[in-house]
Amino acid sequence: MSKTHIKGKVWKFGDDINTDIIIWGKYKYSILDLKELSKHAMEAISPGFAEKISSGDIIVAGKNFGCGSSREHAPLVLKYAGVGAVVAKFFARIFYRNAFAVGLPVIECPELFDKSKEGDEFEIDLEKGVILNLNNNESFKIKPMPSFLLDILKEGSLVEHFKKHGGF
Amino acid sequence: MGLTISEKIFRDHSNEKVVAGDFTVADIDIAMAHDGTAPLAIDNFEDMGGKKVWDPSKIVLILDHLSPSPHTSASIVHKQMREFARKYKIQNFFDIGSGVCHQILPEKGFINTGNLVVGADSHTCTHGALGAFSTGIGSTDMAAVFYSGKLWFRVPETFRIEVSGKLHPFVLAKDLILHIIGQIRADGATYKAVEFCGETVKGFDIASRMTLCNMAVEMGAKTGLVSPDKKTLDYLENRVPSSGKVVENDPDAEFEETFNFEVDDLSPQIAYPPFVDNVRPIEEYEGTDVDQIFLGSCTNGRLEDLQIAAKILDGKKIHEDVRMIVMPASRDIYLRTIKDGLAEIFLNAGCCINNPGCGPCVGGHAGILAPGEVCLSTTNRNFEGRMGEKGQIYLGSPATAAATALKGVIADPRELEA
Ligand code: SF4
Repeated sequence: MSKTHIKGKVWKFGDDINTDIIIWGKYKYSILDLKELSKHAMEAISPGFAEKISSGDIIVAGKNFGCGSSREHAPLVLKYAGVGAVVAKFFARIFYRNAFAVGLPVIECPELFDKSKEGDEFEIDLEKGVILNLNNNESFKIKPMPSFLLDILKEGSLVEHFKKHGGF
Repeated sequence: MGLTISEKIFRDHSNEKVVAGDFTVADIDIAMAHDGTAPLAIDNFEDMGGKKVWDPSKIVLILDHLSPSPHTSASIVHKQMREFARKYKIQNFFDIGSGVCHQILPEKGFINTGNLVVGADSHTCTHGALGAFSTGIGSTDMAAVFYSGKLWFRVPETFRIEVSGKLHPFVLAKDLILHIIGQIRADGATYKAVEFCGETVKGFDIASRMTLCNMAVEMGAKTGLVSPDKKTLDYLENRVPSSGKVVENDPDAEFEETFNFEVDDLSPQIAYPPFVDNVRPIEEYEGTDVDQIFLGSCTNGRLEDLQIAAKILDGKKIHEDVRMIVMPASRDIYLRTIKDGLAEIFLNAGCCINNPGCGPCVGGHAGILAPGEVCLSTTNRNFEGRMGEKGQIYLGSPATAAATALKGVIADPRELEA
């Protein structure tokens, strides 16, 4: 499975999931190791989240996911916790940018929230721009991403992308 | 189909015929980072294998968030930034006491009409007030800009905010933008470029336009914008090295939405804690006890803001139950505050004047609240804990700040005899 082809179970969250819910600010300074820090991902509303999920699982959320501070720790801990992608109605702007910078696939798909249940199996193909609900075969179109963004995700982060290509 | 200002600026900087919704990689004119965000950008730049920065003359580094440094960890950051600037020959390095990043950039001529500007700070949207496209980015994105001078963008759709009517002399741009945010809500303009227009905005000076654009991010916007006019060009004259490209909307440009605001009877506005879109007219909060008043920041630390507050405080004393901190947004403004006699008014009134920088706005130092204390602040965010753990922040205008300082409780500046 490549990083642009994601398969996993759905974990549902509501609207306005802010960066403090994703990772409590109090941990930011006390835990420096990202693997350690990622154990606390989503802890504020879903204790034990990082332990419950399997690698590749998908967060499906409502509107304005990632609002709050511009800290890059928020997308990083989700990535380190094993989240394969976040699909939301829409994202807070800086979270969206930071997600690409750290290599966490984020997808806007407003309909998905109402048409998915926690535990549904999903498959996402970012190159084709399709999300498929494996439980009922319902598919959703998303705007295919430009190739440079796909490359950043495939290579793991913007830093890796620049290391390899020396630019976009 | 016609194009918006944003679409045109992205076309100019990417050589692609992009329209709203398209992704593109664009050339950056100016990139700014400060002591809160530069360290991670520097680390990532070096991690990327950066040997030299793309153009040292286009990078601006500013020490403003913790300035002068209040503790060792900030001092280490400052040292790292000074060394980075020296190593990569970045001349545009502003050390402590220079001022707040979003004042320095326009004041020192780094922003021009038609520019594409990025800053590793969410209020970088301020510079749209001069007809540039200017937006906040993260530290890793900034590392990519240091390295290559380029960044990817999604070209935003535009919301137009058309304002008509004449404000009361003590009702300011700050009250207007708080009112707008209260209506559009904190996520109501997510991703959008928000263009402020209409007769009221045309009548505003550049400082007031900056206050509007500064807070565009508080409704989720990617940038605020004001179409450049004679006032813009007058402001830029003698600041920028050469004239920029004046970019305007085509007559048939497509806007995603237009909102109309009529402001003849607008009251001073208050954003009560802990969200910026908790906005109510001052009548509902008059009489609220406060402990501290803060006049300053990239929202309201400009000369015009200090002038209106000084006018209200002239010859008077602030209430004995409160303290007031005044922080000019830049060294130049500080100098004018002294030369024009404003400093004397503030000091005689019993205020404390801090050196230019962010100070209590971000809760780093220089005016932190005790738990349970209340501040009436001219800044842009009233989130829980921002000015000190369990401190409460009410946002208001410089006129409301001064009136509140005199009364010792939240007070309506219109009720002071002129
Ligand atoms: S004054 Fe406040 S809002 Fe402005 S840049 Fe400084 S910390 Fe940020």
